[in-house]
Amino acid sequence: MKNKIRDLREQKGMTQEELAEFIGVSRQTINAIEKQKFDPSLPTAFKMAKLFGLPIESIFQFEEK
Amino acid sequence: MKLERTKRIRKLAVWTWTWVATMAIATLGPEFIWDNHSFLTPFAIIVNLANGILMILANRDLFNHFDELERKIHLEAMGITLGLTVVVGLTFSLLDQKDLIPFDAEIGYLVMFTGICYLTAVLINTRRFK
Repeated sequence: MKNKIRDLREQKGMTQEELAEFIGVSRQTINAIEKQKFDPSLPTAFKMAKLFGLPIESIFQFEEK
Repeated sequence: MKLERTKRIRKLAVWTWTWVATMAIATLGPEFIWDNHSFLTPFAIIVNLANGILMILANRDLFNHFDELERKIHLEAMGITLGLTVVVGLTFSLLDQKDLIPFDAEIGYLVMFTGICYLTAVLINTRRFK
């Protein structure tokens, strides 16, 4: 799944550590999501959407593998 | 979050070390400390069992505190470890039964194999998501 987490986080001037703390996951998890190696759970995706003030579908784009 | 994690890791470390210590006491005590006392030997074994159960509960507590990626990493590692332990353990036992290895297939070897397997699987899985 493609996502814009890195861009949105940088626009907000947040570090991975700060985003991880806010979402309630580890920094490694944020890094794996940004590198698109791991797809977040629905609650994590909703928390991110709420933080960035955007709908989920504009942050995450589903791709058939 | 980090403080909570550290607390749980410390708790697990304490129960693990006391489990190892009580296992050593239950194993060596009857021969070297209390000369096969009829009460102390089963008591030491029960204390070791209780300690083991508390260690498992501490491990579950830590696991429940993991985030989604950490859970995925550890669950996959557990699955691989369980599968390998059953398959390799039974092969090892069969080799011993048919006298194809020059030593006995002790349970200790399997415990060591399980530990090494789990550690390796966690390390490989962690690298996969870096």
